[in-house]
Amino acid sequence: MKKEKKKSFFRKYPAFVIFAVLAVLIILAAVLAPLLTGGVNPTKGNMAETITPPSSAHPFGTDKMGRDIFARVIYGARASLSSTFILVAVIFVLGTFLGILAGYFGGWIDAVIMRIADMMMAFPGLVLAIAVAGILGASMRNAIIAVAIVSWPKYARLARSLVMKIRHTDFVAAAKVTGSRTPYMLWKYMLPNTVTTLVITAATDIGGMMMELAALSFLGFGAQAPTPEWGSMLNEGRNFMQSAPWMMIYPGLAIFITVVVFNMLGDGLRDILDPRSNEGR
Amino acid sequence: MSAKQIGLRLLQMLIVLIGISILTFLLTYLSPGDPVRNMYLAQGVMPDEAEIAVTREEMGLNDPFLTQYFRWLGKCLHGDFGTSFALKKPVVDLLLARLWPTLKLALASMIIMIIISVPLGVLSAVYQDKPIDYAVRAVTFFGVSVPNFWVGLLLILFFCVRMKLFPVVSSGGSLKDLILPAVTLAIAMSAKYTRQVRTAVLEELHSDYVAGARARGVAERKILWRNVFPNSLLPLITMLGLSIGSLLGGTSVVEVIFSYPGLGNLAVSAITSYDYYLIQGYVLWVAVIYMLINLLVDISYNYVDPRMRLRR
Repeated sequence: MKKEKKKSFFRKYPAFVIFAVLAVLIILAAVLAPLLTGGVNPTKGNMAETITPPSSAHPFGTDKMGRDIFARVIYGARASLSSTFILVAVIFVLGTFLGILAGYFGGWIDAVIMRIADMMMAFPGLVLAIAVAGILGASMRNAIIAVAIVSWPKYARLARSLVMKIRHTDFVAAAKVTGSRTPYMLWKYMLPNTVTTLVITAATDIGGMMMELAALSFLGFGAQAPTPEWGSMLNEGRNFMQSAPWMMIYPGLAIFITVVVFNMLGDGLRDILDPRSNEGR
Repeated sequence: MSAKQIGLRLLQMLIVLIGISILTFLLTYLSPGDPVRNMYLAQGVMPDEAEIAVTREEMGLNDPFLTQYFRWLGKCLHGDFGTSFALKKPVVDLLLARLWPTLKLALASMIIMIIISVPLGVLSAVYQDKPIDYAVRAVTFFGVSVPNFWVGLLLILFFCVRMKLFPVVSSGGSLKDLILPAVTLAIAMSAKYTRQVRTAVLEELHSDYVAGARARGVAERKILWRNVFPNSLLPLITMLGLSIGSLLGGTSVVEVIFSYPGLGNLAVSAITSYDYYLIQGYVLWVAVIYMLINLLVDISYNYVDPRMRLRR
């Protein structure tokens, strides 16, 4: 019985299932990195083997410190995935919370929250993120803070507009008349009405957020040596482009594949949760 | 937009601008440790306490926060953004010198983007759910998923290192220096823009007047270029305006890769050397330019779409 149900889900959303499996595989690769790399240390190199091209011993070659690039790419998934998930979780929670408050209470609370959001959105692209990450000091945590500061307004605006849509409907008025208290109203009525759209947004944002964090690391404002991280590995590889192109090809490929998988997954999730979005296309 | 609406917009912008200036000024305060010491250390100088104390006094860092803020703001309003600590030049001069190369890069990549994405988007909308459409969608999907700094590195690897067609370092002077950075920026944007063009054109194609025109026997080609395409321009202009803005910030990574002498590259080196006045100047300038562009985009709706004038 159960098996049949699963089969129909797969038939209905084959792309989603395939990319969900791939995403789980990538996460598993990060978790099981020591097993996959056969115990090779990603941060300790062998100085006798610096900058060697891909071979059977080092499938992706080695870098200037003689470190195995395959091991660094696999371990790099840990830094990229964990920081991206933390970032998306932070902006999702913060943006939704502030957006619901702004939409529900209106008045000066709305004005203050939304003007702050406007200020953050007045900075194009990575400008503020680079400045914040640079000035707070270079670390993955600060890179997450920097991108979060510029990214939450999108979620806040979305949550606010969704709340404002239902704010004056009869069922909300009825709930208020029957004595529902404010926290209950927010939790039971406002949040559930925003959460689907925001989950879709968050899911489709994972790939983009991963690229932004990688860009900051690439510029030197994110993960610090010797931590293996794809963006900073690309930056190291940049200086050896002529002699050792494998140093920049594999980390870049890793970002690309991971972003493709998570973007596909996000699109698949959107099609499942919000079938209307597909009608116009 | 009427004059009154523009006035209201400007007032709103002023509030946001004040916020931006406070935020920009706060950047120095957020900095962990002593900014003066950071600046000296970034220069490779080990300062003694006396030296730090003198510089602190010179920069007025011992005054209360509000005093410092209003002094800084007052100077900014008079066009004085301070002197770069690392480069020993007025911040205004440094920013002005880098503004044009960055604008040139942004414009070049936008032109490339339009050349790529408008035909592809229209094609994929007209042949919806045909092989061409699937191919275009697949390509755009990979386009949005590839990080632009990696694209840049791959382009350098193939065109500069392997084929030696372009110099590895773009000094920004000639057209040749502009091509690879502009293409790099254009690739990711084209992917996004192609999707938008496709959506916009599809929406128009499915509207009633198109069905009506078809029923009356108007040639498909005529419907597409006389009616559908002009009508789908409005959302495209919005997107275009927004992409100029995000380009201003998004160029920095590409500028660093190609050693292109633009604003973004300057900002990144300012940050690594804790050059606070330069960072503040850069952030403030870019935010103001971005806001002005957004305002211009809004005003331009009037001219593109007469409906916007009637609606209000």
